[in-house]
Amino acid sequence: MEGILMSILGAIATFLLAFVVGMTYGGIRRKVIARVQNRYGPPIYQNFIDAFKLFSKTTAVHHGAMHLLGPAFLMVSAVVALMIIPVLRDNIWFTNLNFKGDLIFLIYIMTFGPLGMALGAGQTGNPNSAIGVTRGLSQMVGFEIPWVMALVALMIKYNTTSVVDLMNVQNEVGQWLIFQNPFAFVAAILASLGMFRYAPFNIVGAPTELASGPASENGGKFLFTMMSAGSVFAFVKLTLLVDVFFGGASNLIELVIKTFLLYMIPVMYGVVNPRYRTEQAVTYFWGWPLLFGFLAIIYSVYF
Amino acid sequence: MDYGIYQDKLTRIVTDIARSHSLWILAYGTGCGAIEVPATMTSRYDAERLGVRGAATPRQADVLMITGYLTVKTLKRVIRVYEQMQDPKYVIGFGSCAVNGGMYWDSYNTIKQLDLYLPVDVYISGCMPRPEAVLEGFAKLQEQIRAGEARGATKYKDNLDYYRGNQKKIIKNWDFPDYNW
Repeated sequence: MEGILMSILGAIATFLLAFVVGMTYGGIRRKVIARVQNRYGPPIYQNFIDAFKLFSKTTAVHHGAMHLLGPAFLMVSAVVALMIIPVLRDNIWFTNLNFKGDLIFLIYIMTFGPLGMALGAGQTGNPNSAIGVTRGLSQMVGFEIPWVMALVALMIKYNTTSVVDLMNVQNEVGQWLIFQNPFAFVAAILASLGMFRYAPFNIVGAPTELASGPASENGGKFLFTMMSAGSVFAFVKLTLLVDVFFGGASNLIELVIKTFLLYMIPVMYGVVNPRYRTEQAVTYFWGWPLLFGFLAIIYSVYF
Repeated sequence: MDYGIYQDKLTRIVTDIARSHSLWILAYGTGCGAIEVPATMTSRYDAERLGVRGAATPRQADVLMITGYLTVKTLKRVIRVYEQMQDPKYVIGFGSCAVNGGMYWDSYNTIKQLDLYLPVDVYISGCMPRPEAVLEGFAKLQEQIRAGEARGATKYKDNLDYYRGNQKKIIKNWDFPDYNW
């Protein structure tokens, strides 16, 4: 009984941590973009104010059941992925529903949210949403391939499909996987550029071009859910990369430092780049990231 | 003792502060005034530090900026856009044309006074109002929201017959769906 209570409290704590860290990172990103554009920029807690305001808005219209469920799918996917990823190494406070094969499950569940959102956006009937969805799915075809290849390379090399086992491998050898298989890391980080959907890969949202794409009919509480899910999901992706390539973290400060430095890669890549067209984005991912994915697998098999 | 009143009051104060610091504007360039909006948003005046940000669609927006004259044709679209926005919503009338017609005061197909057709919370006068004036308009709107005085949307609901009457007088081919609260 105590174990169950502990797990539930741990799940809530994990979620709150992911929410706060993800939202703050989003605020820092806005500040960084502003400083690069020689502006003062909003305060780093601006995202919390925006989220609170969105939550306090009324919702007068909806376009049917799938439209209501779309943002919920995003949230569910983010939370399930969060519950599976070990936030800290050997820690009883944060929930970790880890099992053999969770790396494969993560590959699936991380695409589940956007697919649910695609269904929800389809029901709104807004042409911008439909264009955004097709663009998003095309882009997903692009970045999923190097992403999966990077993870498969690690699976082949260490003969495991569990995130915890990969963390243990790094502990035993005393060397992070980024040094043991650098090609896999390069492929994964290039794929994560697309996964974050920041410029130049923000072809789905594209506020000035598509009127924010799949989100265009969602205001108020819908947008609040999408924003929170996005923040949690950003934390999930960063923690997964830290766990797999940087040996995880043994305390929160280490986790925040590692995830923040990783987060700055897509942010910094984004602030100096304009937006790609869809076919440019897909060919980007099928170029160098795919080559690094192949190199990672060859390296795993023969070395 | 009944704490409900204090709770409501506290909630309202916190919500109003959050709303005033997060204004997502829908700046449809209805007239030449839209040229001042980029200047307000970019590096020299940087409205984002006050929480003012562009929104992509009416559903996501809080503030509708009417940046200049409204022809009868545009008015129809603007009313449709305003009714698609979700509560709470505010309207900023921007430039002389929105106040009293400006240089179009005797034009045959522009409206002269925006207040008759949509509830305006803040007017920014000038032709053109400079970005300083626009920022002051935002500050004024923030003050109004914090004081709980920016009730344009409620006014519109309460006096819907009055506004509809005025709108229908101008727009001849009226084919709108009913207002969806």
